[in-house]
Amino acid sequence: MTAYLAQARAETFMTLRRGETLLLTVGIPVVFLVFFSTVHVISTGTTEAVTFILPGILALAVMSTAMVSLGIATGFERGYGVLKRLGSTPLGRPRLLGAKITMILVVEAIQAAVLLPVGGALGWRPVGSAGSWAAALGLILLATVGFGGIGLLMAGLLRAEVNLAAANGLYLVFLLLGGMIVPVAKLPEALGALARALPPAALSSGLHAALGSGVAVPAESWIVLGIWALAAPLAAALTFRWE
Amino acid sequence: MPAAAPSARTVGGPGAASGSPAIECENLVVRYGPLTAVDGLSLRAMAGEVLALLGPNGAGKTSTVESLEGYRRPSAGTVRVLGLDPRADHRVLSRRTGVMLQGGGVYPMLGPRRVLRLFAAYYDEPEDPAALLELVALEEAAETPWRHLSGGQQQRLSLALALVGRPDVVFLDEPTAGVDPQGRIAIRDVITGLRNRGACVLLSTHEMGEAERLADRVVIIHRGRAAASGTQAELAASPAVSFGAPPGLDITDLATVLGAPVSEHSPGRYEVAAVSSPQLTAALASWLAARDAPLSDLRTGRSLEDTYLSIVGEAATETDSSANPGVERRGRSGRGRRTR
Repeated sequence: MTAYLAQARAETFMTLRRGETLLLTVGIPVVFLVFFSTVHVISTGTTEAVTFILPGILALAVMSTAMVSLGIATGFERGYGVLKRLGSTPLGRPRLLGAKITMILVVEAIQAAVLLPVGGALGWRPVGSAGSWAAALGLILLATVGFGGIGLLMAGLLRAEVNLAAANGLYLVFLLLGGMIVPVAKLPEALGALARALPPAALSSGLHAALGSGVAVPAESWIVLGIWALAAPLAAALTFRWE
Repeated sequence: MPAAAPSARTVGGPGAASGSPAIECENLVVRYGPLTAVDGLSLRAMAGEVLALLGPNGAGKTSTVESLEGYRRPSAGTVRVLGLDPRADHRVLSRRTGVMLQGGGVYPMLGPRRVLRLFAAYYDEPEDPAALLELVALEEAAETPWRHLSGGQQQRLSLALALVGRPDVVFLDEPTAGVDPQGRIAIRDVITGLRNRGACVLLSTHEMGEAERLADRVVIIHRGRAAASGTQAELAASPAVSFGAPPGLDITDLATVLGAPVSEHSPGRYEVAAVSSPQLTAALASWLAARDAPLSDLRTGRSLEDTYLSIVGEAATETDSSANPGVERRGRSGRGRRTR
């Protein structure tokens, strides 16, 4: 327990001390939230832009932390030989993984604590019952596992610098296809079909339902996120190279 | 224990420990595709002993150490640490071994104090991080992130991390590489301390001086094989007289005069394979006098360097040998080395 707690504390400390990580996980989501809620670049189809934008930005925040930040940091830890060295200690993989998951959840809590009040200041009003908040939490947890799996899959396969570029590239693609700022319905049909099979759109449409319009989360969101939450970590576990 | 019979007493300082070996390789083979890095290596080291793996870069030292650490699966042969399999029993061994990797392996943004505290949390009964900081003289840099530490400071922190779990077996891969003289002294003191408290230390190095100063026993590795091994006294015990003189002397003639084989294993370093005697010394001196060749550094027995060079050869001798095309060249192990 001591080892896990010490590792979780170290992981969280390092993540919160990296300026570029904070920019990615908190800075960019806040800027996007404010910008797209006040400047009506894209018609989002609802009365208040923030009603559409906030759930999308929450999805973006989850993706930034669980996929991009985790993946890049882990890739460099592998490149620096940190993972190899940890492999010779009694820490073990389960506790290392547990510590990383803890770090992600802490950062996500911080993101929520920043983004929800900013959204409120921009006119977003919480809708839906306690049930839809619970559903949103469930979606976020599933998506965290799936995104984390994708991040670790790349970190375990690619050289640290290539992984950095790939993670940023995927971030951009997922941002555009993920229904976070541009509604998936506005994408061309074929692209839209592809987008709906990917975790970002599944998460954002689920959050739009739960937190934007206060309706039931579509089954498609649960199914897509569920599949990714199983497949991506499995692929990562099978292919991960520690050095 | 007043009842113990004097004959049953075991007397022995460091290196004389008895019982089962702490580290053991038996016909170890490590292949990377078509490349054979380790080719049938056997070695053992006991508790309280410092064993140096000495060899040039690419000799197979790291592959051997990493097999013992459990990072590599041997292609053939067996490795045992404290009687256990480094891979199958990794969980148990990770609590009893300390590893210092070549080149870092530390979170770049954490300072020595933070990293030591973190690693201490992995073990049930760790060393006190503050005491370790003092031991490796890093108190003043305790808060400096790893990436801003000097090469020597990084090596010392790396060493401290290998010690934090109070290991019974410590693997040190090139521990003094890139370390300034003061840092070397600190590292040497730490290794001596480990031996004195009964730990087994396996040290890999390509620097003879380090092996000479630190190790109880040395295994010279060349092309993945143990080319020679023993205590330094044993390695130096072979009958030989070595001397320094101008390079390129006619060793064929000298060998005839002395009635013993003579070799020049690096330019200007000669060795006569014979027991030293006043007659031999006199004959050598007069032969050199006849050629107006000054004698320097006459020694009986061999230094570790002599042994090492006679096995590994030296790239520098290539130039010298090519200037003497008539001289016989020996096979792969004695490349560039002239013998008559």
